[in-house]
Amino acid sequence: MALKPVAPALDDLPTVPALNPGVMGGLKSYVAVRAHQEPLGFPGELVENWEQAAVAKMGELLGKYKSLRVYLDICVKCGACTDKCHYFLGTGDPKNMPVARQDLMRDIYRYYFTPAGKALGGLVGAKPWTRERLDDWYNYFHQCSQCRRCSLFCPYGIDTAEISMAAREIMDSIGLGQKYCNEIIGKVHKIGNNLGLPEPALIDTLEGLEEDVKDATGHDIKFPLNVVGADVLLVTPSADFFAEPHVDGLIGYAKVFHQMGLSWTMSSYASEAGNFGMFIGNYEQMKKISMRIRQAALDLKVKRIVFGECGHAWRVAYAFLNTLAGPFDFLDPKYPVPQHIMELTRGAIMSGAVRLDPSANADKIVTVHDSCNIARATRMGPEPGSQFFYPRDVLKAACPKFVDMHPDTTHARTFCCGGGGGLLTDELIDLRIKGAKPRVEALKQAVDQHGVTHMAAMCAICKSQFTKVLPYYGYDMGMVQSVHQLVSNAILLGGNS
Amino acid sequence: MSGLSMFYAALLYVAAGVLVAGLAVKIRQYWTTPAPLKIAVTPAPTTQAGAWLRVGREAVLFESLFYSNRWLWIFAAAFHAGLALVLVRHMRYFVNPVPEIIVLAQPFGVYGGMAMVGGLLVLLARRFVIDRVRYITRPSDILMLLLLIGIGVSGYGMKFANPTDIVAVKAFIMGLYVFDIRELPVEPPLLAHLFMVALLMIVFPFSKLLHAPGVFFSPSRNQADDPRERRHLAPWAAKLEG
Repeated sequence: MALKPVAPALDDLPTVPALNPGVMGGLKSYVAVRAHQEPLGFPGELVENWEQAAVAKMGELLGKYKSLRVYLDICVKCGACTDKCHYFLGTGDPKNMPVARQDLMRDIYRYYFTPAGKALGGLVGAKPWTRERLDDWYNYFHQCSQCRRCSLFCPYGIDTAEISMAAREIMDSIGLGQKYCNEIIGKVHKIGNNLGLPEPALIDTLEGLEEDVKDATGHDIKFPLNVVGADVLLVTPSADFFAEPHVDGLIGYAKVFHQMGLSWTMSSYASEAGNFGMFIGNYEQMKKISMRIRQAALDLKVKRIVFGECGHAWRVAYAFLNTLAGPFDFLDPKYPVPQHIMELTRGAIMSGAVRLDPSANADKIVTVHDSCNIARATRMGPEPGSQFFYPRDVLKAACPKFVDMHPDTTHARTFCCGGGGGLLTDELIDLRIKGAKPRVEALKQAVDQHGVTHMAAMCAICKSQFTKVLPYYGYDMGMVQSVHQLVSNAILLGGNS
Repeated sequence: MSGLSMFYAALLYVAAGVLVAGLAVKIRQYWTTPAPLKIAVTPAPTTQAGAWLRVGREAVLFESLFYSNRWLWIFAAAFHAGLALVLVRHMRYFVNPVPEIIVLAQPFGVYGGMAMVGGLLVLLARRFVIDRVRYITRPSDILMLLLLIGIGVSGYGMKFANPTDIVAVKAFIMGLYVFDIRELPVEPPLLAHLFMVALLMIVFPFSKLLHAPGVFFSPSRNQADDPRERRHLAPWAAKLEG
């Protein structure tokens, strides 16, 4: 593709586009090769009898996942979801409407698994496998960020993420995996994190951070790694170790731990909060990655596990970790397992253990982007909705001026950044730009009406995605801030009794 | 005993059998298929009782649809609530003696039928008028609406155009309970009505009408948000434990 990606013109607020069939049909993320597939136990290339193999795998998953079983049957095609997906809103491609994306699988399901499909065929939309349909699967199930906005609005809660995860699992099993996800999962197994940073590089990075923070603040803020006997194990996305603005967030966590007087450590073995096993819908991979965190907690003899800022990582941690790698009966039962860093920071601000001077951020008018996975799949504290007000409490304590974006684009209704779900790869940049359109429209409104200068994010993927795509819309990449970066600016160090 | 009565008796027995057995198979399948992970869409109730209340609101009030698409909610609610009133009105054909409450509900059933047919006509029009909905519509989606509209219209045909001997109809239905096939009045609207109702019962367990039982089995709605508090483990996932 020689085309230079161009951002679409923004509407005042997210607007339903005219249908533009097939406009994204040719956009295909790179297919995994043998070297990415085989370490995960998937065939190295598309198997000979892929049609039968895919049907057999679908049958297996129908028996293992109630979601798939029920959701493929019960859609009434009411259309309530059709204008809810950011990729549809940004591209106009009808196959990016959630129900149409699901139908790519539902049509095949009906043909091979339902009496109605076998008897009536096209009348009920049943369709047999063809190579074109498999290509549509590959292209369009890799244009879903599994953000679940459609599920929120569906009268039956039908969750396209469950369908796209199953589709990716089926494709992996027949040798048609996606390079980006599978290569990264291989790196976690081999090295311990998505970015492939080995232990010496981590040590080096963290020592550098200690020096930088010492120079900047005069305080000895530690970034401990592999400390046996520490109280807290911090698991954070590996982008926090060097990417901007992620690393400023990591500095913020370290300052919070320092001020709270907590003994904490990171682990080189579990140096990744992210878990791309979820994106490919593979329970075994997700479990294997999660078990590294359990192992690190055991090896380092910690009492608590705390996660840094990351969206899908927090979904896996909050909603799945207990299932995948529990029970965590060896940890201190006083604390939920795991905890979000926001829960600690907010608690410390409330109790006065951490004091902030918001004037440090007086030059900013800040808004916040709710990450899809945090918003629609988790909590941060005991209260439903704490995933929304915990970060806002922290931001309001750290910044004198905070405004929310349009309510149809925040809280549970938040739009995905456009880069989640295993799509944060360069060859999908066109999709990523267009998928960010609804969010950028709401941001533009906040900028125009309230003079917003910065948007805080609490997810490594959101931060990477926005710093990359905001410039296409004429905004500076520096607009994107880590929540804990703003905390880091405002925190008063030392002087705690 | 006319052949027509025999045919309709057989048809209704088959339809009832297919409906009950088909639904039993599907509900058993939904019930027994495990949900290995907690996937409630949040914010969600933190207790199981709260989660069932959430499902109840979806089933009765169409809560998510209300926030999703207000026009669609109005017509979907008109159709479903109208259908509910119609079903209550029709109870008089299935129980003897007819309870007072069913007697009192009779006039509402007539209005319910209007809401039902009116709602269905709008739902049908949407499938042609709105380009996004037209794109996702399969022939069976239109046929299903036509079938329901046909049932409603033939029902009104009996009431207004071609009054039917409903005492005889009730006798026919009560006879079916005891396998005593009685004479069914030969009235075209009645025969069309019963035929389409039987067809609806037969397609029910094989079609998207499974949304009726299915909504209660949707994990994104019926799960409590308590994964940190309670360890959730499906039987097949337990086998992977080292």
